[in-house]
Amino acid sequence: MGSEQSIACSIRLNSSLTDEQKARFQNDETIRRILARRGTIAVVGLSADPQKASHFVASYFLERGWKIVPVTPRAGTILGVPTVPDLLSIREPIDVVDIFRPPEEIPGIVDQAIKIGTKAVWMQLRLIDIPAAEKALAAGLDVVVDRCIKMEHGRYGGGLHSAGMNTEIISARRRKL
Amino acid sequence: MSSSSERSFGFETRQVHAGHIPDAETGARAVPIYQSSSFVFESTEQAARLFGLKDYGDIYTRISNPTTAVLEERLASLENATGAVVVASGMSAQFLTFLTLLEPGDEVVASSHLYGGSSTQLTHTLKKLSAKVTFVDPNDVPAWEAAITPKTKLLYGETVGNPSGSVLDLEPIGKLAKAHGIPFVVDNTLATPWLCRPADFGANIILYSATKFLSGHGNAILGAVVDAGNFDFKRTPSIAAPDPAYHNLRFYDTFGHYGFLMKLRMVSLRDVGASASPMNSFLAIQGLETLSLRMERHVYNAQKIAEFLEKHPLVEWVSYPGLASSPYHALAKKYLPRGAGGVLSFGLKGSRKQARERGVKFIEALQIFSHLANIGDVRSLVIHPASTTHQQLTAEELDAAGVPPELIRISAGIENIEDLTWDLNRALHAAFA
Repeated sequence: MGSEQSIACSIRLNSSLTDEQKARFQNDETIRRILARRGTIAVVGLSADPQKASHFVASYFLERGWKIVPVTPRAGTILGVPTVPDLLSIREPIDVVDIFRPPEEIPGIVDQAIKIGTKAVWMQLRLIDIPAAEKALAAGLDVVVDRCIKMEHGRYGGGLHSAGMNTEIISARRRKL
Repeated sequence: MSSSSERSFGFETRQVHAGHIPDAETGARAVPIYQSSSFVFESTEQAARLFGLKDYGDIYTRISNPTTAVLEERLASLENATGAVVVASGMSAQFLTFLTLLEPGDEVVASSHLYGGSSTQLTHTLKKLSAKVTFVDPNDVPAWEAAITPKTKLLYGETVGNPSGSVLDLEPIGKLAKAHGIPFVVDNTLATPWLCRPADFGANIILYSATKFLSGHGNAILGAVVDAGNFDFKRTPSIAAPDPAYHNLRFYDTFGHYGFLMKLRMVSLRDVGASASPMNSFLAIQGLETLSLRMERHVYNAQKIAEFLEKHPLVEWVSYPGLASSPYHALAKKYLPRGAGGVLSFGLKGSRKQARERGVKFIEALQIFSHLANIGDVRSLVIHPASTTHQQLTAEELDAAGVPPELIRISAGIENIEDLTWDLNRALHAAFA
């Protein structure tokens, strides 16, 4: 009875990462550090289609005071921001490179991300390349794999809770205004 | 702000804390009741973003509510799940799950031991939506397999059947569902996450009538759909294909592992309108805070009552998976190690001809047990189906329905156990006087 039988709970998400990979590439502290920077996010593979996940993510962060840089071969503007064809064409410091491209393109994108000195690389849901993630980690970057950056922001910001989702945040301390 | 990377909190901590952090403005310690139909937008732009699902937030209590959200996250936390949607009743939780996952022509394979109301919904109401159900003996695994066709979109059973007391062999059925790439949906109402977490044994979507043990005080009708997060809806057309009911949004592409629940809330619940009332959510939260404590007493009392009745000379049989005599005892030990639930049934001794009449006399002689059609209350409850819910059926029809005329169902409350057995003993003698 009581706490001796209590269950150690952990959230289940259908990630294909192993537990060891999750500990390194879905690390809670890493995620919070990335989100706390509130700087500039390069969205690689940002679509102009408002119904695409990449567009949801970019507009969400734009709304919250982040700068976004659309990285796509498509010339023009998305969400009012001029596009660039690749990461190497960016002329400003980047806090996080958020990847919405198929796994086969990820190694090239990560190489460029390391080269431009971004602080973090984020591979969105199911866009997984572990060797590239290892390389970014070895280069000193914060790395997250197979999570959605918008949902993680919602987890810590309270939005995900309002959608009935399990944030795994438990605290009796009063929230700060 | 502390989080899971620092500590995985235990069940008893989660049942009082998960899903509620005191708000910045008031610091209210109890969960506030947001008894409001709607929520003021910050701006026209923000309204558009909320309706487009581009941002999180409450619009209208038919879809979501801040009080209900606490219950949702708390339940999800206790189930180690991705999230939950709390709705008006257990029946609507079940219906909204089917509505979200099934298309016309699709099929369901389900346990034949389901609660009567559930099996009626599956047989008759789903038929109106051109979906078909095949019922199978719940623990005949080859029968489940044989019933699966290319049109089968989900498997469905109850952890503990009501009132049969059968325990579902979750693991092999979970494996079967996985092999066929379809979700395994389990109604866990009688077990609650304190006695069994079906997802630990391969279930993917967990349903509740939260009216019962979760709330525990018999004062609110509520239901819940919980997504364990262990099923990938990538190849489930209803979640992965463009949805014309939401300007062709692909819920799986956009929301990943939250896709199923987002679609259930934003399309099924929105369109059916079976919403939870904030007051009811508050009552259920109050109940949930003592879940583990109450369940310990419920299963203790149920076990004692079952043992008492099994030895009683005026009792023919007792069905409770916690008894060694139950055919489900081994399964109960495996899946419900903390106790086999709070519900049991038994048969009065004597000829079947007099069974209905004796049942009535038994019920009317009870003093502490409440005669009503519910289970999972802190008060002990009793019902004699042959003279109430099933009174229009013949003796043969009662047998076919699995509720013979001598059957009495008990939901053990948390009262003093000696008082309960005293009351039962008196009523048994009165029935045969």
